[in-house]
Amino acid sequence: MTNTLVSSPHGARPNRVDRVMQEVLLALVPGVLAMIWFFGWGVLINIALAVAVAVAAEAAVMSMRRRPIAPAIGDYSAVVTAVLFAISVPPTLPWWMTLLGTLFAIVLVKQLYGGIGYNPFNPAMAAYVFLLVSYPVAMTTWLAPDMLTAHALSFTESMRLIFTGGLPNGIAWDAISAATPLDAMRGKLDQGMLIEEIRLSPLWGDFGGRGWEWVANGFLLGGVYLLWRRIITWHIPVSMLAALAVAAGVFWLVDPTTHPFPAFHLFSGAAILGAFFIATDPVSACTTKTGQLIFGASIGLVVFAIRTWGGYPDAVAFAVLLMNIAAPTIDHYTQPRVFGHSGNRANP
Amino acid sequence: MAAIQSLLHRDRLWTFHGGIHVPDEKALSNSRPVEVMPLPTRLVIPLQQHIGATARPVVTVGERVLKGQLLAQAEGYVSACIHASSSGTLVAIEPHPVPHPSGLSALCAVIETDGEDAWTELPEPMTHYGQLDVAEIRERIRWAGVVGLGGASFPTSVKLNPGPDQRIRTLIINGAECEPYITCDDLLMRERAGDILAGARIMHHLLGDPRILIGIEDNKPEAFEAMRFALAETDMKGYTEIRSIPTLYPSGGEKQLIRILTGEEVPTHAIPARIGIVCQNVGSAAAVADAVLEGRPLISRVVTVTGRAIAEPRNLEVRIGTPVSDLIAHCGGYRERPRKLVCGGPMMGFEIAHPEIPVTKPANCVLALTEAETPDAGPALACIRCGRCAEVCPAKLLPQQLYWHARAKDLDRVQDYNLFDCIECGCCAQVCPSHIPLVQYYRYAKNEVWAREEEKRKAELARMRHEAKQVRLERQERERKARLRRKKESLEAGPEKGQTDQEAKKAAIEAAKQRAAAKKAAAAKAEETNDA
Ligand code: SF4
Ligand code: SF4
Repeated sequence: MTNTLVSSPHGARPNRVDRVMQEVLLALVPGVLAMIWFFGWGVLINIALAVAVAVAAEAAVMSMRRRPIAPAIGDYSAVVTAVLFAISVPPTLPWWMTLLGTLFAIVLVKQLYGGIGYNPFNPAMAAYVFLLVSYPVAMTTWLAPDMLTAHALSFTESMRLIFTGGLPNGIAWDAISAATPLDAMRGKLDQGMLIEEIRLSPLWGDFGGRGWEWVANGFLLGGVYLLWRRIITWHIPVSMLAALAVAAGVFWLVDPTTHPFPAFHLFSGAAILGAFFIATDPVSACTTKTGQLIFGASIGLVVFAIRTWGGYPDAVAFAVLLMNIAAPTIDHYTQPRVFGHSGNRANP
Repeated sequence: MAAIQSLLHRDRLWTFHGGIHVPDEKALSNSRPVEVMPLPTRLVIPLQQHIGATARPVVTVGERVLKGQLLAQAEGYVSACIHASSSGTLVAIEPHPVPHPSGLSALCAVIETDGEDAWTELPEPMTHYGQLDVAEIRERIRWAGVVGLGGASFPTSVKLNPGPDQRIRTLIINGAECEPYITCDDLLMRERAGDILAGARIMHHLLGDPRILIGIEDNKPEAFEAMRFALAETDMKGYTEIRSIPTLYPSGGEKQLIRILTGEEVPTHAIPARIGIVCQNVGSAAAVADAVLEGRPLISRVVTVTGRAIAEPRNLEVRIGTPVSDLIAHCGGYRERPRKLVCGGPMMGFEIAHPEIPVTKPANCVLALTEAETPDAGPALACIRCGRCAEVCPAKLLPQQLYWHARAKDLDRVQDYNLFDCIECGCCAQVCPSHIPLVQYYRYAKNEVWAREEEKRKAELARMRHEAKQVRLERQERERKARLRRKKESLEAGPEKGQTDQEAKKAAIEAAKQRAAAKKAAAAKAEETNDA
């Protein structure tokens, strides 16, 4: 009997990993709905495909490692990874790429490092980057937002496109696709156009890309929900968005003709999604509060730098992965002062 | 100016990092007055109910003992006396299971009570303690066996003797009672507010007139009012303040309460006296009053018997040594089969294997938890590094890192991460979504470190002994050779013998003197280490 005595505390524990993950999934709903609204059924098909593959892959790996399967799947972490990955890729991505990316995320990035809690990189973002460097064209071919396209794909047409690559009769790619706002901005700036001219394009909405800004608003709403539910703290999202906005603001003030204004940066790409849902992934982010501020701000700055001078239009995935590498070091140097200690750092 | 400042700061409260709000279950047991438990037929009184050395028994088996009679004398400085809590026959002094996290047995005095409950002759009350020597009052408290009744059970007389170079500016009376479920201090404050203040006044006298701060969590408004009412009747108002503090676990932790009431942080590895503060639990204050003003030793305490598995939760005045099963029976037994029996609160208490163990001085609560109150947390999942544990840690530690290193048995790293600043409050484990039994890992790591230190100490002792032996052997060898040489020389130079002899004598006296001096120094040193 003595052996079974359990250490305190003895009360019920209110928090559970699966509930945390469920809250995250719930928080993703408004943004995902906006995406489906503006970019069609492909978004939903991608999510379904990725979730199915992720859960199957997780189960397979667990059984190979001779670990219980139910708790691993029951914690919903694979589902969260799958959804984040699926909404980061273009809505018309060929099915096998989605499958490949999901397998990469779950098997290589997550499970090969030991499963949940052990992966140094954010699995969804690592998979995204893996596909981006392997299939750059497919990964940057986006549908035009719903109101700008001549033909909105129906559910069956989306299925056909994803699974066979076939377009509806008489419709060419050009009629339904469009560069992402960030991509377009980059291209036109490179051609020597000024912001004012670029902004006349129908791709532009009020403060970000048309459609994109509403998607970002949806994720912002979800992010606020996560903050309210105390699933995440403000440190990473606020520092990341603030750093991005400040960097963009400085350059915009200096030269508004060739630098888009800060809101454009925040609301045209994956910045909001990244700030609340990806950079905050607890496993691969910093854990100390000061560390989180540095971590978030660095991501914001790297995003701005890559978008402005780098080779890719959007950079959230790169920036997050880059800072994942730095996270342990930042943590090491930002340990809080322990109660009753006068020195600054706990660790010599 | 100073007056204005003190006015401004009068009700100022500080906060500590972290802490959690735990569902308040105090209403289960706080609605009825304290009831006195009837006399049990058998009392099992452990000889160690305090931090420090086990008390030395001063009675013999078979002897008739009286209520309040000394059973065991405090042995060493940090120790506490143990008294009989009723009259009867001492039938055994033998090991019994006692309330201890390890579930081990310890030496107990077993009394078959005779139902007379006859008091022994008690020492004179010291109502005029203001005119007495402080050492005499302290001796009385030591005799009465008063220890910290909040759970830590450190001998109170030791705490009230901070040493001549330590000026105590603040005496804190801890009425926070932050553990959910526990209400014994609450009831004590409501019913014996005057005695608590009287005890505080005695401690105030012993400590050289510091100010007194009394902290009570704001979920105990009746206790707060009772204390305030009682204070108004005394002459202590000039130097005593009662403060209502926000309900937040673990506000009742000594270091946390000090921080809340004074804004000061007790330096790591130091006791509060280092910064001029002494902290005492309300129960200890009342026990001090009993000892000094009435000459009564500590032989009973208020225990909260609660949890949803108990039919009628309530607070009982219980004699030390009463079996826990009697308490449960007195509260109507179980309403439903308990899943867990805990000694202390749900946050820091420890599970007890069976209810035959006796109530001891630090046992403030017996908790019988139902399945719903303490559901199986399920197997621990992997740490997802969510950082919640660090958010709530009142010691500002990084529980997650401590856990990694404790699990990896990396004892150096856990210490780098300040394992020993962990107060085992359980906040981290309480919020962990992966249900990792974090505190268990810290306790394990602490034990490992202690074991390693002990190993080191032993090895060091062995090394020193070996070296000393080596030196001794060499010296003996040298002396032998010298003797031989002298003998040879004296044989060769016969006539000068007398002179050499004298010289040798002188040398021998000198050597003896030196040895004596060395012995003295060594003894002084040993005493010093003992003291520390
Ligand atoms: S609360 Fe638990 S899961 Fe979260 S970081 Fe701490 S130990 Fe890990
Ligand atoms: S048990 Fe220790 S590590 Fe955990 S919260 Fe309390 S002090 Fe911090």
